[in-house]
Amino acid sequence: MTEGRLHTRTLVALSSLVASGEISSIELTRLFLDRIGRFNGRLNAFLTVDPEYALAQAAAIDRSKQKREALGPLSGVPIAVKDNICTRGIRTTCASRILENYIPPYDAHVVQRLRKAGAVIVGKLNMDEFAMGSSNENSAFGPVRNPWSLERTPGGSSGGPAAATASSLVAAALGSDTGGSVRQPASFCGITALKPTYGRVSRYGLVAFASSLDQIAPITRDIRDAARLLGVIAGHDSRDATSYPGEVENYEVECGKAIKGMRVGVVRDAFEKGCDEDVASAIDKALETFKQLGCELVEVSLPHISYGVSVYYIVAPAEASSNLARFDSVRYGLRVLGEDLFDTYAKTRAQGFGAEVKRRIMLGTYALSAGYYDAFYLRAQKVRTLIWNDYAEAFKRCDVLLTPTAPTPAFKLGEKTGDPLAMYLQDIFTLPPSLAGIPAVSAPCGFSSSGLPIGMQLCAPAFHEGRLVRITHAFEQSTDFINRRPAAFELD
Amino acid sequence: MARTYEPVIGLEVHAQLLTRSKMFCGCSTEFGAPPNTHVCPVCLGLPGALPVPNGGAVEMAIRAALALGCTVRNRSRFARKNYFYPDLAKNYQISQYELPLNEHGRLEIEVDGVKRRVGIVRIHLEEDAAKNLHPVGAGGDTLVDFNRGGTPLMEIVSDPDMRSAAEAEEYLRKLREILMFAGVNDGNLEEGSFRCDANVSLRPTGQKQLGTRVELKNINSFRFVRKAIEYEVMRQQSVLDSGGIVEQETRAWNVEQSRSFTMRSKEEAMDYRYFPDPDLPELVVSDEMIARARAQLAELPAEKRARYRSALGLTEYDASVLTSHPAISSYFESCTNELLKACEKPLSPQQAGKRCANFIQSEVMRYLKTEGLGLQVPVTASRLAELIAIVEIGAISGKMAKEVFAQMAATGKAAKKVVEQKGLSQISDASVIDGEVERLIQAHPEQVEQYRSGNKKVLGFFVGQVMKATKGSANPKMVNEALRKYLEG
Amino acid sequence: MSAVRISLEDVRHVAKLARLSLDEQEIETMRKQLDSILDYMASLEQLDLAAVEPTFYSVAMQAPLRTDVIQPSLRRDEALRAAPMEKAGAFAVPKVMDGEG
Ligand SMILES: [Mg+2]
Ligand SMILES: [Zn+2]
Repeated sequence: MTEGRLHTRTLVALSSLVASGEISSIELTRLFLDRIGRFNGRLNAFLTVDPEYALAQAAAIDRSKQKREALGPLSGVPIAVKDNICTRGIRTTCASRILENYIPPYDAHVVQRLRKAGAVIVGKLNMDEFAMGSSNENSAFGPVRNPWSLERTPGGSSGGPAAATASSLVAAALGSDTGGSVRQPASFCGITALKPTYGRVSRYGLVAFASSLDQIAPITRDIRDAARLLGVIAGHDSRDATSYPGEVENYEVECGKAIKGMRVGVVRDAFEKGCDEDVASAIDKALETFKQLGCELVEVSLPHISYGVSVYYIVAPAEASSNLARFDSVRYGLRVLGEDLFDTYAKTRAQGFGAEVKRRIMLGTYALSAGYYDAFYLRAQKVRTLIWNDYAEAFKRCDVLLTPTAPTPAFKLGEKTGDPLAMYLQDIFTLPPSLAGIPAVSAPCGFSSSGLPIGMQLCAPAFHEGRLVRITHAFEQSTDFINRRPAAFELD
Repeated sequence: MARTYEPVIGLEVHAQLLTRSKMFCGCSTEFGAPPNTHVCPVCLGLPGALPVPNGGAVEMAIRAALALGCTVRNRSRFARKNYFYPDLAKNYQISQYELPLNEHGRLEIEVDGVKRRVGIVRIHLEEDAAKNLHPVGAGGDTLVDFNRGGTPLMEIVSDPDMRSAAEAEEYLRKLREILMFAGVNDGNLEEGSFRCDANVSLRPTGQKQLGTRVELKNINSFRFVRKAIEYEVMRQQSVLDSGGIVEQETRAWNVEQSRSFTMRSKEEAMDYRYFPDPDLPELVVSDEMIARARAQLAELPAEKRARYRSALGLTEYDASVLTSHPAISSYFESCTNELLKACEKPLSPQQAGKRCANFIQSEVMRYLKTEGLGLQVPVTASRLAELIAIVEIGAISGKMAKEVFAQMAATGKAAKKVVEQKGLSQISDASVIDGEVERLIQAHPEQVEQYRSGNKKVLGFFVGQVMKATKGSANPKMVNEALRKYLEG
Repeated sequence: MSAVRISLEDVRHVAKLARLSLDEQEIETMRKQLDSILDYMASLEQLDLAAVEPTFYSVAMQAPLRTDVIQPSLRRDEALRAAPMEKAGAFAVPKVMDGEG
């Protein structure tokens, strides 16, 4: 057993080591806790680490193993969740001052699923405050750093989950994706993220940002891990009225299936303008790979996706302005006492929320306010219909759609903080699938000339996550991108 | 010369639905529990919690809609009404805005012989706010109890079809009665399960166009509705008479001072920023669901009154007393049915109905009132029917029945048991009565002579003697008959 | 240069609606940033949307209906644990009168 390299193994590999008894969950958990202790200072990926909680879960798995009880599909493997996913008894801050000391009295649906599947939850991961941001610089508790280059952003808003997974501080993580919040960080950190169809995973216990877009999503080292994790968290939950009641397919069996004849749609006009050269050439090479794998490349056009940024930055802030109204210091959270109740609310929220959250609350409140609803909110939702229709048309001609995940590789911390609009344009490729509710994966497809990871985004029609697993797996098998690792975290 | 004005009144009623659990979570809707014991992540608006609609509430709202002649939409939509207030856990209320569940209903009212059909614009579903407990006097904090927060409400919005405070009051009484009989609301104004706001405006008599309206908030008893609207009509009238203009505003009624005060001016009007709730897909109601609700809709009070008069021969007054509350009418109906089944002497439905109506309106209601029992009759309808049946066959007198009823209520015993134990049963055995009468006639020859010579008053003397001898338990009718037979025969 | 899309007065009004206390400096910065974002969004105005229905829900669904049964509530101490101020089993806030919003 090459103990020293264990952390580089995938979630699927580690869980079978625990299941076969080659390693105990306690040993594995200690190993990852040790790595967190050693490296988290550099990355700031974790907001809360709870060794006691983790080791108790690990011990329970080991006891089950000793009693020869059947182990779940994530048996004994340390993972972590983004800090907007509620964990009973463990601080859940959404990286915000307003929830700095908030401890939920209940577990999110996905946390219940993870625990039932035997996962060991070691802690809570940093993020942009309330999942609003594309660089993790909006965390009230400091930015996360990119494991490939510490002066760069890991992307956002799930920067913590991406950085922790890429540097092997955990085997995998759960993030949340509203407009690209797992895909863009995965692209920046050289790992894989699979945003499910809206409704596929219950949102119960996910602190809402934009309710019609939010989905919890796996962030993993490879696509098989993502398939395993999605299989655990997907499925109907009666506590979420938007939870899809249909059966969950077996995603993992898609790994290894041939993709010959699959039609890959290319949205050329989308990525040829405003896209970094390295990114464009990585995507060209990926297309070449798909061609060699027997795929048919089809040019498609999505005439309205250029409106995606506008639509998203009306709809999501509008929903957010209402979702975040509950942070008023009455039942939980920070309270800054003012002269009267109005003043208490206004001061609490002014001090509790960071600049970007305030900006989006303002934007959303404006878009819904008297006289502006039709011009902004309603108009945006109508354009959303056009985008939805574009995808429906495109999927008549192809099985999956390929674009870059982000227009550039990871940019430097501080580079875009002064210009909110420039930051929003980071999301041009990831927003449209979110608006259409369809599943999308980001997988490593190359490296820039300076050695930074580049990701490609593949999306499929609603509830066709299995198709994304199949094509991504085939791509992984014929390339080597998932095996490259950030050097700074391979010291031991 | 002062112009004459016509008041135009529309009402908005918030009625709590009689579900067991809340509108969007499984917490109990029970009234009066210790503060914050019926709360969960959903109704406390904790981060991450999500709403799931209560099918029972939807069903009840449909039933109410059918009772009020509304059209039920197959597709309706929940929306968020955004405003900050500490009794609103999420600082938005889940309500309906565009596409409400029910639309286009009506309610007929009659005041002083004038009939009017009041239109119902819409009935939509929403969640109730929590309860703020305000400090007395200066200083102190407001305390919030979220037990009521999230209770299912129907908001029933009328057209501005009423023309006087009396009509508004009558509309509310009628509406409350219908909702109670539809089994969807308990009509309890004190506990706040039936609440009312009014929109009042004046316009010169004969003018079509509506005047500026003022909204009156939280006028929560029939008396205050009337007073508050009358006050508002007078207030607007005097503003107009003195050449002023009525300001659009929201006013609140102050019970102690019997006047209303400005709560919010037009400039301070709320901007609720309604938008479809992204947590709740459209509410789809199938035709089968509507048919089921129709089947479950019980007979409404107006239909009941008509039936009581035609089928049971009750007076209009009796019929209206017995339909003043669904609990009373259902007690009356089962009592009548039981009496028809239980009585040894065959009775017509009219006879049975009349007997039960009389007993319930006199004895039962008096007992409830003096004992302060509300509508909790301590004697079941079938036991009351047994008691009335015993009276009917002459086993006890009507006067005794009152005493027996009080005993039944106090002890929980059946009528026969009480009669037996107290030895109250009437002597209806003809041989016993005949024997007693014979003995008396022989013992009082003088009085017999007086009677036979025309002094019929002496009969009373004999009756008294028989009653005395039987300790009052002889059947008076039989005693009378026996005496006449012996004295005249 | 395009017209001003949002005024300082608008920003103050929206901040009040959103219960955010902003100082004059923040209001000025907010106005500029919102203005450039709204300006970017003006491209939506070019589209003819007269015949287009809005998409409020990206996946077609209908609301599931819960059976009307009582589920366990939180224990009161759990419900109140995170409260910034608690009194007599209730959440305490600075005094308000009914109807204030
Ligand atoms: Mg209402
Ligand atoms: Zn609840």
